[in-house]
Amino acid sequence: MEIEGLERIVREHPFFAGLEEGAGRLLVGCARNARFEAGQYLFHEGDAADELYLLRQGRVGLGITAPGRGALTFQTLGSGEVVGLSWLLPPYRWSYDAKALELTRAISLDAKCLRQKCDADHDLGYELMKRFMPVLVARLHATRLQMLDVYGTHG
Amino acid sequence: MDETASPVALGAAADPMLPRLARVQRRRREAPQVWTLELENGGEQRGPGFEAGQFNMLGIPGIGEVPISLSGDPADPARLLHTIRAVGPVSTALTRLACGERVALRGPFGTGWPLLEAAGKDVIAVAGGLGLAPLRPALHALRAARARLGRVIVLYGARSPQEILFRRELESWQRGVDFEVEITVDHALGDWHGHVGVVTRLIERAKLDPARALALTCGPEVMMRFAIAALRHAGLGEEQIFLSMERNMQCAVGLCGHCQFGPLLLCRDGPVLRLDRLGGLIGRKEI
Repeated sequence: MEIEGLERIVREHPFFAGLEEGAGRLLVGCARNARFEAGQYLFHEGDAADELYLLRQGRVGLGITAPGRGALTFQTLGSGEVVGLSWLLPPYRWSYDAKALELTRAISLDAKCLRQKCDADHDLGYELMKRFMPVLVARLHATRLQMLDVYGTHG
Repeated sequence: MDETASPVALGAAADPMLPRLARVQRRRREAPQVWTLELENGGEQRGPGFEAGQFNMLGIPGIGEVPISLSGDPADPARLLHTIRAVGPVSTALTRLACGERVALRGPFGTGWPLLEAAGKDVIAVAGGLGLAPLRPALHALRAARARLGRVIVLYGARSPQEILFRRELESWQRGVDFEVEITVDHALGDWHGHVGVVTRLIERAKLDPARALALTCGPEVMMRFAIAALRHAGLGEEQIFLSMERNMQCAVGLCGHCQFGPLLLCRDGPVLRLDRLGGLIGRKEI
């Protein structure tokens, strides 16, 4: 796909809503289109976190395999959402599996490329942090609610 | 949505403290420890109809009495459905009643969902766990009045796929055109293909138009606090959000004070309340 078309797709993704044109041009240099069939893994726990994904279509399940219990899904993500936060911090390793639950189309961003651009351009880095932090906080809140097991019987 | 369907018009019992006996006609297991009892509401001891959101006091002589929301269709008041989780001595005894056995029943009590206000609006119902049961009568009423409504969005969260209430009904609504139904569970194994995560995250994905939305929410109070935050974030004001609150209801007529919530008595002023009536008390530790 032409860079111009990809830049439009990146800037139209809800995660990058309102992104300035210059920042969009910088980001698109790290971006490519990705497609996953149902059942295909985006990444596995322990792998290097060298890409992150902005979902455009489909659904992805995040899970962990527990001995004796098989694969446990703890979150599903869909169109407009981001898969992958571990690329932000060392040691840049995934701490869970991500699997496409149906045909999934995404924008893949090269994490190393993104980190280098953020190091070189702190305005871009700050802009990205302002977008990733709410995602991180929302997932932390959701995790708290899940841990409280509010639907269980307590007493 | 029947404008005549108020407790007064339906004929409230002469003495609200006096129970009548109702026979168990059917019982159905909904989930582990959760059963729906269908009680007769006819014959010589015919009781009044009910508004979606109201509750009855169900009792077993010698054991006790508990408040249980009505979970059936208000358009079919001859069958009183109550969905009960076995957690204490009374609720456990209720879930063990066999067909033909009788229960002492008082009610209906309390306020209902604001269904008349829903006309012309988008309705978003957010339920968690057993909280779907008090919302179910409203969903039946909304379905009956579908032509007069905008979008009707039903978001439901359960602990696991095995603990989803009214699953067949939800799935049939998912296949239909009346409702947009999204179900999520907190945890799942590989054989579940639906959403996983907290129900409040579905609110953001629902892409609400805050100018025309009306939210009905019921579930554990912590869940409702998160739901309120998500609904506010989506642009809804306090006057657009209704909750069904739960406290220790005993007399059910506002006399004993066990269900006091700040200036309110939830058995009488609730259980369904508009958020602004709670005056910021929800989530306060002292209340």
